[in-house]
Order: sequence, then structure tokens, then C-alpha cells
Amino acid sequence: KWMKFQRDFENFKTACIPWEMKIKEIESHFGSSVASYFIFLRWMYGINMILFGLTFGLVMVPEALMGKPYGSLPRKTVPRAEEATAMNFATLWDFSGFAQYSVLFYGYYNNQRTIGWLKFRMPLSYFLVGVGSIGYSFMIVTRTMAKNANDDGGGDDTSFNFSWKMFTSWDYLIGNPETADNKFASITTSFKEAIVEEQESRKEENIHLTRFLRVLANFLALCTLAGSGYLIFFVVRRSQQFALEGLENYGWWERNEVNTVMSLLGMFCPTLFDVISSLENYHPRIALRWQLGRIFALFLGNLYTFIIALMDEINLKASYFLSFTLEEEKIVKYNMTIWEASLYNGTIPENSTAPPIQVDPADVPRGPCWETMVGQEFVRLTVSDMMTTYITILIGDFLRAVFVRFFNYCWCWDLEYGFPSYSEFDISGNVLGLIFNQGMIWMGSFYAPCLPAINVFRLHTSMYLQCWAVMCCNVPQERVFKASRSNNFYMAMLLFILFLSTLPAVYTIVSIPPSFDCGPFSGKTRMFEVISETLEHDFPSWFGKVFGYASNPGLILPFILLMVLSLYYLNATSKSYKEANLELKKKLQSVRIEN
Amino acid sequence: VYRLHGRYHEMAPNVVPMDYTKDPDVKLPMQLIINMPELKENPFKERIVESFSEDGEGSLSFNDFVDMFSVLSEMAPRELKAIYAFKIYDFNTDNFICKADLEKTLNKLTREELTAEEITLVCEKVIEEADMDGDGKLGFADFENMISKAPDFLRYYVKK
Repeated sequence: KWMKFQRDFENFKTACIPWEMKIKEIESHFGSSVASYFIFLRWMYGINMILFGLTFGLVMVPEALMGKPYGSLPRKTVPRAEEATAMNFATLWDFSGFAQYSVLFYGYYNNQRTIGWLKFRMPLSYFLVGVGSIGYSFMIVTRTMAKNANDDGGGDDTSFNFSWKMFTSWDYLIGNPETADNKFASITTSFKEAIVEEQESRKEENIHLTRFLRVLANFLALCTLAGSGYLIFFVVRRSQQFALEGLENYGWWERNEVNTVMSLLGMFCPTLFDVISSLENYHPRIALRWQLGRIFALFLGNLYTFIIALMDEINLKASYFLSFTLEEEKIVKYNMTIWEASLYNGTIPENSTAPPIQVDPADVPRGPCWETMVGQEFVRLTVSDMMTTYITILIGDFLRAVFVRFFNYCWCWDLEYGFPSYSEFDISGNVLGLIFNQGMIWMGSFYAPCLPAINVFRLHTSMYLQCWAVMCCNVPQERVFKASRSNNFYMAMLLFILFLSTLPAVYTIVSIPPSFDCGPFSGKTRMFEVISETLEHDFPSWFGKVFGYASNPGLILPFILLMVLSLYYLNATSKSYKEANLELKKKLQSVRIEN
Repeated sequence: VYRLHGRYHEMAPNVVPMDYTKDPDVKLPMQLIINMPELKENPFKERIVESFSEDGEGSLSFNDFVDMFSVLSEMAPRELKAIYAFKIYDFNTDNFICKADLEKTLNKLTREELTAEEITLVCEKVIEEADMDGDGKLGFADFENMISKAPDFLRYYVKK
């Protein structure tokens, strides 16, 4: 009876994990490498839910409930000029109009120190949520990497591998035909995976030839990367020239040259890498890693050259831009005083004892709000990325499958085996898309608190859509291989992207003054001043003193040194443990063989 | 046992008597047994029934029926299960699991989705891994040795 209860509880626990059935089904038909993508997607969904919880609960909801309502302040109202189009679907889709002047974006928040009867410290909360989400993401990625590293040490070279698969894989409790189908498929896939492993380990290698081919392949890949980098650079330079000469003189190609070239490179280079990798003759799992690494390098390289080329352009405008913003600030402030004066019938009041005249906030002139603009760009990018992915899946996979299935009867050559055939699930492309998308979310969520919410929605629908598309339109790969039990490779890339995407936000927090007219930090010279302000006002004075001492460089440098030393020590001990493990395993094996 | 008798009776109500005191000699043919819901999806259903039947043809008397379910239940000891598992996988009943038996097992497990090369590879590997006495086929000792180390054996060999 106790065992029965335990079994039922285990079943219940598995049933609670979302999408577990779907993923198991995919795993049984397509192998564990494809399923590992979906497991990764589910893990990302979990992280995004938590980020969503933080931004929604601590930033958006307090502002919506306790902050001043829409229309009470200039920064919270749609300006008179835009009011006519503010509710149009087109404007809302573009995230301007009413969507812009709402809790979704940075600009809406007021810089009042506390709001509502709870004395909720809005600016502090905004800042801490921003920093906290980044910190949480770092922590959880590192923690998952560490956990996976532990699992990996087990190794999967058990003896009796095939025998166990043969004799113990059938589950005698299965009574349902569909479950039986899945079980058959999963047994077959599991055998195929084991066969691939066995074949790989038996392969006779002509070492010199293989090495030569691999060096050649790497050389070709490097050439492709360098070529694409140079092409992007060249094209961006040309577009700058076009811009200088005025865009009206040129047709569609010149105007959109940069975007088209980047998309074309993104489409063709991965296929090229695929062809190159057939020279290398690696185990499929290792080949997948090389492919991922190369495509990653391709995108990074393109992004980097793009940014460098843009930097030159921006540097020209940068000093102009900064002085312009300062100038614009002064101009707008001046305009506002003039305008107020006009309300007071021509006299600029010396003191402000005159009763304030009620003005509709929509009419007040506004200052520039670059944070909201940045936030909007990120949101638009995410939405368009989402649309592109869905449409690519629908057209690339679904229509192709329909075409192959129905036109096969009246076509000259066999469509199913020949050219288009059904598509395979592109693991590397999808994983990279997911990782870069997450990078954009991390970059933008400081300026647009709505981004995690949008991403949660996107991941949710994407899970269902891709599960359906995989089962319905894709065929399993020729050689099904087992994914490595740890997903550390994906995690490492994710960590790298996380690091890259926090750099811009950190730079803006530390160096650039926030807009004077919008957002929770308006009026301060730097965003992080909200911390020092809180320390002054809300904590007892000795706390401030302690903090002052602690932030002394004389204390921080030895602390950093200590951390580096402990890292080194821990690394050395873990290596020695791993070696001891291997020794023990070898001893066990030799004892078993003797018997 | 009473429940089992109820099930046995359900399968062929006109043949199976409700009263077993007179120890009648009733046997149910294989076709009826393998249509039971617990066994229907099992690829080894014929072998299971054959290995429990006294006459080796697949007809089960009530005693055999009870035997079958008791071995498949949670209460049966591991060694007993191993004995019957060996019988199930031994298709030609020569008390050895030879290569042909392995091939048949594999085909039933994968519903013949693997190519001939793959099948030969797997069977060779199994013999290589489990054959301790080197006779090219698995005797009961080899099988027992291999199964006793398997983590999943008990989990999947259980029926309620």
C-alpha cells in the first residue's frame, strides 16, 4: 500500500510540471537533442515568469494603483498634438499614443519620492527592480551551470548498456494504444541513439587526414566570418555616404542595403557552415556545438562591425547631440517659463505666491525623453522578431510540408526524398534565436517594464506553436544523437549574452544624466543617486557612515583580491576531486572485469 | 484471488464455472487472454501467456492465470521475476537466449523500425556485454547477473 502511494505521488509530481507530456512525446519521436531545445525553452519561461513577477508586482502595479492617475501630470498625458491619433490601432501597435504614456514605459513614472498611503518609494523600487532582475538572472544561470556540471560528472559509459535497453525498456503497465505508440517510438529512438554512439566510438580514424580536413574547415569558416564582417562594414560606410548626400536620390536597394545584407548573411552563412562541417566528420553532438559556436561568432561579428561603423557616425553627432540635449533642456525650460508667464498675462512672477492656474496637462510643452524612445525601440524589435519567427515557421515548415505532401503526386521527381522534402528541426537556429531574444529583453527591461510581460506571452505561444509544428511538419534527423545530459553549452552562451546586455544599461545608469522631464529619476544628475538619497533619509545616520567606510577603495581592492584567490582555490580542489572520481571508477571497472 | 477469479470468469462466462470446489479442468485459449486490457498493448503478450501455460501451447487454466498475475505483481521476489523474464525472452524455449531470440525480441520492441545492420549490431553488443561464459548465447546465469544490476527492472516488471 505504501509503495502504491509512493508511485501515485511520483505520477502526480510529474503531471504538475508544465508541458511534460508534450516534451516527452517530442523526445520519443525526435530524440533527446530536439527535446533539449524545448526543455531549454521551458526553463527560460520560468525565468521570464519571475522577472515578470518582479516588474509587474513591484513597479507597474504600485504605480498604477498608488501613483497619480493618467492625465494629472504632463508626463502622464498624451500631448495635445498627438491626441487625435492616440487611440488608433496603428499607433498602439507601434507602441506610441496611449501605450507610450502608460505604466508600460519609463516615461510615465513620476519622480516623487514616496507615493500613496503606504509611502511606497517608487524611484528606489524601480532602480532596485532593474538591478535585481539582472542580479537574479546572473545568479540563476550560474547556479544552473553548477548543477549541470555536477550531473555531468556521472558519465554515461555504463556497462550492459544495450542489454538493459533490450530487456528492461518495455513498461508492462501500458494499456493505452497511444502511450504504446509513444513507447515504441521512444524505444526505437533510444536504440538509434545508442547505435550512433557505438558507431562513433568504433570509427577508425585516419588521424592525419582528419586533422588536415579539420584545419581546412576551420580556415574556411574563419574566411567566411571575416568576409561577412568586412561586407557589413563596407555596406554601412556606403549607407553613411548615401545619407550625407540625401536619401532621396537613391532607390529602394540603397536605402535598405544594410538591413537586406544582414538578413541575407544570416540566411546563407549558417548553411555554408553546415556544408563546411561535413568535412570535419565529428560526432553529431560535437558538430552541433561547432555549428552553434560559428553562427554565434557570425552574429556577434556582424553586430560588432555594425556598431563600430555606427560609432563613427555617432561620434560625429555625439558632442553635437549632448550639447544639443543640454541646449534643448535650457530652451524647453525657458519656453515653459515664458509660457507660464503668458498665462499670468505678461508678467513673470518674482515669487510664486500667485495661485496656480489650472492648465490641462496635455497642453504643457514637453522635454525629450530618450529612455522611453529606447524602450519603445526594444519593444518594437521584440514584437517584430516574434512575428518573423511565427511567419517563418508557418511558411518555412508548414507550407513546405503541405506542398511536398500534396504536390508529390504530380511532380517529376520524388519530392519527399529529393529536393524540398520535409524540413528537419533546426536546433542551432532556434536556440540562438531564443538566446538573442533573451538578451534583448535584459537590455530593454530597465527602460520598458512591460518587456518581461510581452516575453512571457511570446514564450508561451511559441511553445505551443513549435510543439505543434515539430510534430506535424518536421521529420527526425538522419542520425539521431543523444544530447549531452548537461545543457552547459547553452548556459555558457546565455551567460555571455547576459553580460553583454547588461553593459549598456549599466553605462547609462552610471554616466548619462536622466531626462529632466520624464521617468522616476528626473531631476537627478545620475540615476544611482536614488540610493544615496535613500541612505540619507531613510536609514539611521550611522548606517550612512558605515557605508561610506565600506565603499572606500582601500577596502574594496583587498576584497576583490580575496575573491580571486578563493576562486582559484575552489577550482583546484574541484579538479582534484574529479580526478579522484575517475580513478575510483577505473578501479571499480577492473574489479568487475576480474569477477 | 477472488478478484482474479472474477476477471477469469468475465472472459468466457459460459465456460468458466463459478464454483471451483470440484476442481474442473477448464482452460482458456490464448486468443482470449491476450485481448485482456492489461496485456493488449504488450509486444510480448504471446510469449507471456505461453510461458505460464502448462501445456506450452498458450491455454491457461485458472491456476496458470493466478500464477501469471502473481509473478507480475509487486509482491513477487526479484529472482522469481528474473526466472519468468528469461522464459519470456527465450523464444525457441531451449533455455538459452541465442542470437535469433535477441533479434526477435528487438523486432518486437521496435516494431521492425531498425535496419538489418542495426539489428545485428545491437544483438552483437548484447552478447558481448552479457555473455560471461563465452558460449555466444545467454544462459540463465548470464541473464540473472545482468538483470540484477539493472536499475529499472523492478519498476517495469510490475502489474497491479
